[in-house]
Amino acid sequence: MSRVAEPLLQVADLQAAFLTPAGLVPAVNGISFSLGAGETLGLVGESGCGKTVTALAILRLLPEQTSQQSGKVWFAGQDLMALSKHDIRAIRGNRIAMIFQEPMTALNPVLTIGEQISEVLRLHRGLERRAAWQEAGQTLRQVGIADPEERLRQYPHQLSGGLRQRALIAMALVCQPQLVIADEPTTALDVTIQAQILALLAELRAQMNMALLLISHNLGVVAQITDRVAVMYAGRIVETAPTPRLFAAPCHPYTQGLLASVPKLDFQARPVRLQAIPGQVPSLGEVPAGCPFQPRCPRAFAACQEMPPWLSVAADHQVACWLYQGGTEKVSGHG
Amino acid sequence: MAEILLEARKVTKIFPLKTTWTRRLQVAAVTDVSLSLQAGETLGLVGESGCGKSTLGRLLLALLPPTSGEIWFAGRNIFSLSRSELRHLRRQMQIVFQDPYSSLNPRMTIRQILEEPYIIHGLGSKTERRDWVASLLHDVGLPAEALHRYPHEFSGGQRQRLGIARALALKPHLVIADEPVSALDVSVQAQVLNLFNDLKGKMGLTYLFISHDLSVISHVSDRIAVMYLGRLVEVAPRQRYGQRGLHPYTEALLDAVPVADPAFRRPVPRLQGDPPSPVQIPPGCPFHPRCPEAEAICREVVPEFRPVAADHWLSCHRR
Repeated sequence: MSRVAEPLLQVADLQAAFLTPAGLVPAVNGISFSLGAGETLGLVGESGCGKTVTALAILRLLPEQTSQQSGKVWFAGQDLMALSKHDIRAIRGNRIAMIFQEPMTALNPVLTIGEQISEVLRLHRGLERRAAWQEAGQTLRQVGIADPEERLRQYPHQLSGGLRQRALIAMALVCQPQLVIADEPTTALDVTIQAQILALLAELRAQMNMALLLISHNLGVVAQITDRVAVMYAGRIVETAPTPRLFAAPCHPYTQGLLASVPKLDFQARPVRLQAIPGQVPSLGEVPAGCPFQPRCPRAFAACQEMPPWLSVAADHQVACWLYQGGTEKVSGHG
Repeated sequence: MAEILLEARKVTKIFPLKTTWTRRLQVAAVTDVSLSLQAGETLGLVGESGCGKSTLGRLLLALLPPTSGEIWFAGRNIFSLSRSELRHLRRQMQIVFQDPYSSLNPRMTIRQILEEPYIIHGLGSKTERRDWVASLLHDVGLPAEALHRYPHEFSGGQRQRLGIARALALKPHLVIADEPVSALDVSVQAQVLNLFNDLKGKMGLTYLFISHDLSVISHVSDRIAVMYLGRLVEVAPRQRYGQRGLHPYTEALLDAVPVADPAFRRPVPRLQGDPPSPVQIPPGCPFHPRCPEAEAICREVVPEFRPVAADHWLSCHRR
């Protein structure tokens, strides 16, 4: 594959595991993906599939005492795993910013919004107190907060959920990062607020030409604002494709099942049974051998006892499933 | 028209908050709600957090007394009944809660949990109860080995099945399901929604299905009621929601639902700002501060909840 520019973020064979009384429990099992400058990648999966751990591992935010990680993470030519603590701290919140799910716990309750945003500017850009405060106000206006001067002086508990999430976005964007990692940024919000926040994220991303890694369990959210999607299951990426292709022609049985199991917003057709995926998501310590999806997979066959390799069904569409060996779908059937 | 199983007549619930020298704070969680459920239907109740959906569910089951208004179940005013009559009536109305983790007692085995409703109501002999519990487990698709285990040994989806089994133990007519799939992953959510659907057919149940998720509501409901800040803004048959001319809040809510189709181009979000706090509900139409179509009258007069077509009720001055 000949790419003109290096991807902004390249993750290669990332592994992360937690030390528990029961032993080492793997949470992320060797995942690889890349993200170009200005691109939006959605990382989708159900709870416990390792989405958030992936994000934390990229930024080296996992607790050192109780976790282990390995693999390579290249960001703009630098290996984040090899950086000193001091150097990675200069990147976090500056060139790579993170937006968390729960704005109430991600904000410091005893500091005003203004103090928290200007702290970022003073730390990373060396601005003075007053200049930082002013810039913080401008960023709040940019994220659609009507009265920034007043909001800067307020504490997180004085803001509504939607405003808090906007403030958190402002804090992430204030240093004009090249990459934003948003972990379920709208999950705690009501739909009407979610729609506003998603529109805002898409608009700012385009304006500032940031790359966005959007982590979500909501396929609707992902369909709406991403260029490409990686589907995770039990600590692995099982399929990756451009968003329109993934939704139009999903290949992995898990992706197909996931898409079919979401109820559609449809008031005309008579409701039919949803196509549920049988069984449940395996817990981290009990991921089956071979393909992790095989016990729930309607099309599993003998080969699935071994971990499938990464197979291409198109230049930009990869899937980890034995059904696609040889580049085309194996016709299911007996004999 | 089918028989009316449950009817709320102008029900209001006000919770007092702290009182200071100068003012008394209170939350009007539910205001003037009139609603009826026909036997055998599924009524979906949708609204954003804090709109009073759950409070309404609890009022309808007589788990909370209303501040004013009446609730009638199968032709009887449930707040005029004696304790023993109410207890008897409760066998016919059950609830499934949102959180399958906190709604099952962690110190009871599954058998004890499922047997408890029969014991409370003094039903059956010991052997009969065992048979009933076994068939309940079978009905909700859990293996018989589950009987001797504790809730923590089950996944979220399985626990929700247990919650459903417990609600069905007494063969109720009405089940109120309060966000029953919100805590579940999508692949498991579909299993539980299918189970609700199967059980309804098998046991002739009537559902009030409360959810914030319009896609789920559109999937399960025969009729849909939309709530905003404690009031019903719209009630209509499911199909009606596929057309326009709905309450402006309903339209905004529909537009805001993320659609799992990348080709779908989303309209610019209609609603700006957050819903006001239920402690300070705006005068006039409670939706007017966010409504793109608000006029002078909307700021002053509360719109009447009125029929605009057969079976279609809404409260808006502009429709």
